[in-house]
Amino acid sequence: MTNVPLLSVEGLTMRYGTRTGCADVSFDLHDGEVLAVVGESGSGKTTLLRLLAQELAPDAGRVRYRMRDGGVRDLATLDEAAQRLLARTEWGYIRQDATDGLRMSVSAGGNAGERLMAIGMRHYGQIRGAASDWLRRVEIDPARIDETPQSFSGGMRQRLQIARNLITEPRLVLMDEPTSGLDVSVQARLLDLVRGLVTELGLAIVIVTHDLAVARLLSHRMMVMRRGCVIETGLTDRVLDDPEAPYTQLLVSSVLAA
Amino acid sequence: MTGAIGYNFAYLDEQTKRMIRRAILKAIAIPGYQVPFASREMPMPYGWGTGGVQVTAAVLGPRDVLKVIDQGADDTTNAVSIRAFFRNTAGIATTTRTSEATVIQTRHRIPEGRLHEGQILVFQVPIPEPLRFLEPRETETRRLHALAEYGLMQVKLYEDISRHGHIATTYAYPVAVEGRYVMDPSPTPKFDNPKMDNSPALQLFGAGRERRIYAVPPYTNVRSLDFEDHPFRAQEFAEPCALCGAIGVYLDEVVMDDRGRRMFVCSDTDHCETRRAAGHRGGAFGL
Repeated sequence: MTNVPLLSVEGLTMRYGTRTGCADVSFDLHDGEVLAVVGESGSGKTTLLRLLAQELAPDAGRVRYRMRDGGVRDLATLDEAAQRLLARTEWGYIRQDATDGLRMSVSAGGNAGERLMAIGMRHYGQIRGAASDWLRRVEIDPARIDETPQSFSGGMRQRLQIARNLITEPRLVLMDEPTSGLDVSVQARLLDLVRGLVTELGLAIVIVTHDLAVARLLSHRMMVMRRGCVIETGLTDRVLDDPEAPYTQLLVSSVLAA
Repeated sequence: MTGAIGYNFAYLDEQTKRMIRRAILKAIAIPGYQVPFASREMPMPYGWGTGGVQVTAAVLGPRDVLKVIDQGADDTTNAVSIRAFFRNTAGIATTTRTSEATVIQTRHRIPEGRLHEGQILVFQVPIPEPLRFLEPRETETRRLHALAEYGLMQVKLYEDISRHGHIATTYAYPVAVEGRYVMDPSPTPKFDNPKMDNSPALQLFGAGRERRIYAVPPYTNVRSLDFEDHPFRAQEFAEPCALCGAIGVYLDEVVMDDRGRRMFVCSDTDHCETRRAAGHRGGAFGL
């Protein structure tokens, strides 16, 4: 463990014309740390995630990342090839809609093995072995390795997406509402799985969610966003049990109890 | 050189030919890279070899001898028409003999006999982009080529093996050219892929509808993609050619009657005729 953060974000700002996508967002993320970004729809959560993944270019601010060799690099200064290499070896991106994150007409094994092939692995048996191993780890029956995700349920698709991303053992995973659209029992199993993987692999995660229960279960720290601005940050328990900002208080008190 | 009256030599005007030659030169300089060009309307429909015809027109000179094959045969409609087209518009000599030709335009085959230095093989290409059916966005496929990200192509081969137990792609089998660009060798059978490697002849590819030209210069490394534990294998045929007895050549199936009789003969008609003229005989010769 080192004291240099894995990800360091400073003053990240992005505007869509005159509207604000996200304004002056700063935070540090250390190895193995889970940060939840919560807020209502349109608060800039997904914009922030896409900025981190270098899918959008910020108007101001920078994102620095500690590479495996220990050197800290400003991601904007890397060329596209280096950025994409990072994206498929060091990072994962779990999309809200699994159909965006998977190749729907390619078998589960092909989906899970794609990253290995993309980094140059050319041994069918080994790729298939690794894919099957990961399907088992995300609780998909390896016998279904040759089926396409079209025949999978929503929860299975989300788990396949996780397998596909984690197969190259990334250090940072970005998750965009991974549990929305799943019913609660499926959601609970997925969260359980993610929690297990986080401790097992020491993943750092930025998870965007509007579901405070998900945030409480998974994250160590929390960041509350509204209209593109961060209005409160802190340890998850503190923010949820003793919210400071009026908007956070509203958010916490709006949760329906079962 | 007496072409058809009112037409420029080899149909296309000189400015167009210069434009195409520039694209060809660029393609040769970057083996396997698809160079965009301003494809012209040709007096034939797309899909009939408009790309190949434009490339041929741009490289033909008055002393060239042209051979045109379609599926290996010199006597199919498309081959006969294109040969007549250039005889009429360029007044050049044509031939069916592979060894005598200086320019060979082809659809779907590479001649069986080894080509020699100075020959140009022109392929008609329907879809130049090998990644097209995996990634529909042209902007994205170009980026993948630029960054040499070819994992996706491997995913297709992976899917083949997982479905069929072996790589079931039999034509348009993707190749890596000189270790860099992945290229679609046009719908030639994968049987012909090894012939592209280190060939003494210049290989030019023209896609008219898709407006792309690409090339494999002479003596260039062309490797068929595969897996370490599922290496590339060309098709093999169980029997020899029924007419000339050749083995190790690509065969066409010919249905003989309505009672299921069939025979397999060389797809390369010139190769078959040359062998028969030299006295080689297959099992069905003279039937």
